[in-house]
Amino acid sequence: MDAFFAAVVSILFHGLAYAMILYVISVGLSVTMGLMGFVNLAHGVFAMLGGYVMTTLMNRYGMPFGWALLSAFVAVALVSVVLERTLYSRLYRAGELEQVLFSIGIVFMAVAFVRYAWGPLPQRMVVPELLRGSFDIWSRSFPTYRTFLIVVSFAVIAALWLGIERTNFGAQIRAAVDNRRMAESLGINTGRLFTLTFALGSGLAAFGGGIGADILAINPQYAQDYLIYFLMVVAVGGLGSIRGPFVAALLLGIGDTACRYLVPEFGAFFLFASMMGILLWRPTGLFGKA
Amino acid sequence: MFRWFNSDKGSAVERFVQRDALKPIELLPWILAIAAYYVFPSYLPLGSQILLTILFAISLDLALGYAGIITLGHAAFFGAGAYAAGLYALHVTGEPLSGLVVAGLAGGILGFLSGLVILRTSGLTLIMLTLAVLLLVQEFANRARPITGGADGLSGISMKPIFGQFRFDLFGHTAYWYCLIVLFFVWLFALLLVRSPFGRALTGVRENVTRMHAIGAPVRRRLVTVYTISAVLAGIAGGLLAQTSQFVGLATLGFERSGEIVIMLVLGGIGRIYGAFVGVVIFMIAQDTFAKADPAFWSFWVGLMLVLIVLFARGGALGVVDQALRWVRKVRR
Amino acid sequence: MSALETQMLCKNFGALAVADKIDFRLEPGARHALIGPNGAGKTTFINLITGRLAPSSGRILLAGQDVTALPQEARVKRGLGRTFQINTLFRGLSVLENVFLAVCEREGLGNVMLRRANARRDLLDESYGLLESLHIADDALALVKELPYGKQRLVELAIALGLKPSVLLLDEPAAGLPSSETAIIFDTVQRLPGDIAILIIEHDMELVFRLANRITVLVQGAVLMEGTPAEIAHDKRVREVYLGERDHG
Repeated sequence: MDAFFAAVVSILFHGLAYAMILYVISVGLSVTMGLMGFVNLAHGVFAMLGGYVMTTLMNRYGMPFGWALLSAFVAVALVSVVLERTLYSRLYRAGELEQVLFSIGIVFMAVAFVRYAWGPLPQRMVVPELLRGSFDIWSRSFPTYRTFLIVVSFAVIAALWLGIERTNFGAQIRAAVDNRRMAESLGINTGRLFTLTFALGSGLAAFGGGIGADILAINPQYAQDYLIYFLMVVAVGGLGSIRGPFVAALLLGIGDTACRYLVPEFGAFFLFASMMGILLWRPTGLFGKA
Repeated sequence: MFRWFNSDKGSAVERFVQRDALKPIELLPWILAIAAYYVFPSYLPLGSQILLTILFAISLDLALGYAGIITLGHAAFFGAGAYAAGLYALHVTGEPLSGLVVAGLAGGILGFLSGLVILRTSGLTLIMLTLAVLLLVQEFANRARPITGGADGLSGISMKPIFGQFRFDLFGHTAYWYCLIVLFFVWLFALLLVRSPFGRALTGVRENVTRMHAIGAPVRRRLVTVYTISAVLAGIAGGLLAQTSQFVGLATLGFERSGEIVIMLVLGGIGRIYGAFVGVVIFMIAQDTFAKADPAFWSFWVGLMLVLIVLFARGGALGVVDQALRWVRKVRR
Repeated sequence: MSALETQMLCKNFGALAVADKIDFRLEPGARHALIGPNGAGKTTFINLITGRLAPSSGRILLAGQDVTALPQEARVKRGLGRTFQINTLFRGLSVLENVFLAVCEREGLGNVMLRRANARRDLLDESYGLLESLHIADDALALVKELPYGKQRLVELAIALGLKPSVLLLDEPAAGLPSSETAIIFDTVQRLPGDIAILIIEHDMELVFRLANRITVLVQGAVLMEGTPAEIAHDKRVREVYLGERDHG
């Protein structure tokens, strides 16, 4: 009985940490897709770049963890603005196929670039001294860093939700996702809104990629290997939704952890199967617009 | 009634019908393929690979180019065909033609079942689900070691002679002709299909699903049908790979294979069958030349090429040729 | 028996009723106009009839037969044709092909795989003839996306006519056209065989009164009134609700 309880707690804990990373990385994808209808398969590139920037700043230049993470956010957000203005914005009116091909092209180039610049091996993620080891609650031990990750991600998510609910910028995003033409007629500059949202979403992905570097290892295949997870979070959550992906990330994170723990011989088989099941039941996702 | 047009009915309809007539240039790929056999005898294994990949690309063109189903998971059917052909040769008989039938069936059954499920969705969700199906099959092949050999793959496949006559030789002579002839029949079939009312209706689905419903077409049934046909052909392509390379590995189900086949098709030009020929040949020869030297740079160039195609040359290589021809005609006038 | 009938047809989006207990009859051979202010639910009503939207409650009958549960294509097979307010065309295909696709579907050829479509020369000629009657035969081989907007509107109509419908729903067929081009559309509609029942949504009152022998006024998803053009023109409520709004618009 106790072993069972321990397993459940362990699955929930690690699943939660995993879910946080998935959500922080994917939420930007959901919003940009809802807002611009852009099928961006290259979203994982931003998370990957975030991870590389952070680990490099820490490992090579000795920058403290917090600053390195923040730098990753800012650097990737800036890169994404350049990409959005020069390339993405040309394809907002293009068909799905064009967008898919274009973003796959970006993934291929990013993979090559990263392999060239950092080599094929995964990056070392050195957890700061303070967050190493583990601590005990009710005689159960929890890794400190994972706990920290959960708490910080929660804080970021709360800030994001509050921002979307309460600020003028958030209201504009909600209006534009809801009805773009209406928003434009109300005088909202959707072009600028897109750029900012894209930057914010990419920055968040970088943040997630950085802070989650010890869960999703930073390597050149990152943007390809985890693509399906980011897409699943968005598709199951519902395009354009902010909270839907959170629920989807929880399902996915905890479900995947449970599968790996309980039926490792099947890998992610059940996970993919159940995600397909959900999408059959609700093709637009759990919280998507019909 | 006043007629404010002066074209006569015969000529417009006539020209429309003429478009479907087989042109001499459409025989060019076959002449080149036969010439290649004599000119590059040491490249025959690569040649067979190219031929079966063209077949795979044609299968994709039916789904993606004609019906507009964007899929990143087409390798699922290719791999299913490869494994089916491999297992059939290992456990039943090494007779190749029945093996191809089995491969096509395996691809088709998987295509039908998954199509029935995922073609209810569209857009991003559909793209994701095509990928999810591929990963499911991959995961299955990887885990079902006793059947598939897991990461080691299926080896020790030995093939009997075709019709009991033509032995698969070490240099790939038989394999080349085998692939070429199968490809030829698939090409004939594909041409017939896309010019049939069914094939025409597929382009309608691609161009406008809403209108297709409004003119009374059972859209989903059509999509599942073409997806199944496409999967059968992909399975046959996979079967050819298993039989000619006498090995089946997890790479047949790889995301790379799925992605690359889309890229090759787009490079050649989608929705025109011949894009498969042009794109695959360019891509695979370039890959053979450059990728060995530096795989990282190779993928960079592939990525760049995709971006450039999307931004400047949506029709791929053949699209560019079309435009050039139109321009020449205009100038001459 | 009516060509088309709806009984207590309702459609709600959340708390919003976009179709509110609509009882409606379209008689065989009728030239029936559906008018109402913007947002009255006219297009929604058409989408309900064709099956693009599923009603929340109520019934739809085509030639007396309940089709409420049938998918769009089955209704088309029973003679229901429509046009769209916003061009809904096969933009990358030629004009002739656009119509030919509809004609082939009508003939149930859509599942034929191993015969060439072009072998049906009779159907191609028929499609071409339709283009001739709409004066767009010159552009038969042009791609739809290359046509000027006005001609695209005609293709929109040509596709629907290619189905040889017994009930034709026209959703603002002249939307966005200058009056010079409107005439072609309305001449065509007027020349259609008398046994086709036509329901037309149109904002231009002059056209409505010239064309229609029956008018239904829809306001906020509900039928405000129905009558002959003369009755509608003299009704006070209609003037207030509908024409009043037009004056502001």
